[in-house]
Amino acid sequence: MSLKEESIKGKIQDERLRKVSKLKVLLNRPELGALGGSVLVFIFFGIIAGDTGMFSAYGAINFLEVSANLGIIAIGAAMLMIGGEFDLSVGSMIGFAGICIAIPAIYWGWPLWMAILFAFSMAVLVGYLNGILVVRTGLPSFIVTLAMLFILRGATLALTRLITGRTQVPGLRVLIENDPIAWIFSADAFKGLFVWLGNLGLIALRTDGTPLATGIPASVLWWIGLTVFATWILMKTSYGNWIFGAGGDKNGARNVGVPVNRVKTSLFIGTAVCATIYACVQVLDAGSADTMRGNLKELEAIVAAVVGGCLLTGGYGSAIGAAFGALIFGTVSMGIYYTEVDTDWFKVFLGVMMLIAVIFNNFIRRRVTENK
Amino acid sequence: MSDVLIEFNNISKFFGSVIALKDVTMKVKKGEIMCLLGDNGAGKSTLIKTLSGVHKPDEGVIIVEGKKTEFDSPRDALDMGIATVYQDLALVSLMSVTRNFFMGREPKKGFGPFKTFDIQKANKIAAERMGQIGIDVRDPSQAVGTMSGGERQCLAISRAIYFGAKVLILDEPTSALGVHQASVVLKYIVKAASQGLGVILITHNVHHAYPVGNSFTILNRGKSLGTYAKKDLSREKLLGMMAGGEELNKLEVELKEMDRISSN
Repeated sequence: MSLKEESIKGKIQDERLRKVSKLKVLLNRPELGALGGSVLVFIFFGIIAGDTGMFSAYGAINFLEVSANLGIIAIGAAMLMIGGEFDLSVGSMIGFAGICIAIPAIYWGWPLWMAILFAFSMAVLVGYLNGILVVRTGLPSFIVTLAMLFILRGATLALTRLITGRTQVPGLRVLIENDPIAWIFSADAFKGLFVWLGNLGLIALRTDGTPLATGIPASVLWWIGLTVFATWILMKTSYGNWIFGAGGDKNGARNVGVPVNRVKTSLFIGTAVCATIYACVQVLDAGSADTMRGNLKELEAIVAAVVGGCLLTGGYGSAIGAAFGALIFGTVSMGIYYTEVDTDWFKVFLGVMMLIAVIFNNFIRRRVTENK
Repeated sequence: MSDVLIEFNNISKFFGSVIALKDVTMKVKKGEIMCLLGDNGAGKSTLIKTLSGVHKPDEGVIIVEGKKTEFDSPRDALDMGIATVYQDLALVSLMSVTRNFFMGREPKKGFGPFKTFDIQKANKIAAERMGQIGIDVRDPSQAVGTMSGGERQCLAISRAIYFGAKVLILDEPTSALGVHQASVVLKYIVKAASQGLGVILITHNVHHAYPVGNSFTILNRGKSLGTYAKKDLSREKLLGMMAGGEELNKLEVELKEMDRISSN
């Protein structure tokens, strides 16, 4: 009796509950690989390129921005992968969304904010279409979205040439200044802080006395914000539970009342919306839209998600992991310029990293599900 | 009678020219374990699917607690308290015990768009419920994949009961289990029935059915061979009534014969 009471209070451990060290608990987390990988990458570049300016404020902003851009789409891709599907049309969606902003704004005279909203509504439409096609036909999302990859890229190119006679639409920069919402995607944050740091002599200055790194780019904040939001959804909401269920075993989930089709469709909308956020950041940063923008980004997003611990079969993964996967990607792709290594080797690294990640993930999955 | 939970009268189901079920009649009372026995192809799966609302019967009526009922979907059956635990259990092995237990029916806290999945409460309930059936969930956040087959079966049953099942339909709950695991699951089924649930236990294993069942319905080639109370039926007779029982007897005789010859 007293033993029972005590065990309820948690004073006595269940005799079958082996004391598991914090380390072992951590080993079962999906994001562990990407976290460890990030640490290794930073140590590596710290040693090789520590004194080259890679880790100065300006250098850091550079590689963080590259990571952030990828991170934005990787988080959408990771959520969808946990839900058991792929989206290969992300890259084409980036190009399409860019054109959806640029053409109305430049050729039709729409205000920029309206063009941005238009691009987002097109994203919802494309995502919805992807989702409906996948859940209604039961075809693998790999094939359906591969088709969408070609359709969207082709339509982007054809429509742009039809309307403008070219494949690029420049001239957006002047529209950004007075727009009510463009700053959400283009402004630097904490400018005052950077000026202050510059005045203190802690970060490098230009010859005119302004800091070389002007602030935290909006994309970095989007990256962090989306990671937090996605993690909250996955860990703390019913919808998050449904995502895991739909990806882990869609029939099982359906049998207990999870609206699997709706969950999957909404996740496809999510990846298309993430692609559009990416497009906004890029278009407003460059001041122009290009029909080829975002080419192959879908594969990079999948690499980041897989390195971040998502299983290709669904039902397992994390948004934090995907964010770190993107960080590894961005750090290496920029860091390689600071080393003596020929940049041609970057893709070799990328492939090897992905292979290691997949093998590692496989091992983790077996650990998590093995019958004890 | 008021304690009859569900009643089937002359249920038939045809698939094209195939007669999957013909005139099957049975009923389950509160606290009763009704075993549905039959060899492969006897029509057990079709009957379960008709019971749980997947198929609509072509003939006959279903009466739930005295009322004539038609199920348009599994959801309908579930809403009336008829829960089916299929062989695949509807469990996701990569997800935790708690997340599985509440999948699709998560407890919430908070308001409006900030309503969140109350994991703490869910963990507590899941651990409690599993504890009640004598399964020490070592940690409710561990993946279901780490549990044994019997524990998973119990989890699925316990989930159905928690969400308001009055009639439990269990599809071959012991078929993939070892002796010890099977006995754990059977013990739990008896306990569930003693709390007032009606249980329909589908199996082809007489040795699992006989000790726990109160009554037995034997299906053979789509027809019911009748329902028998336990006192009217010996284990041997039950074995004999199942298709293949006779063959097994024959086999036994033959083996004995071979033994005799070889020992000579």
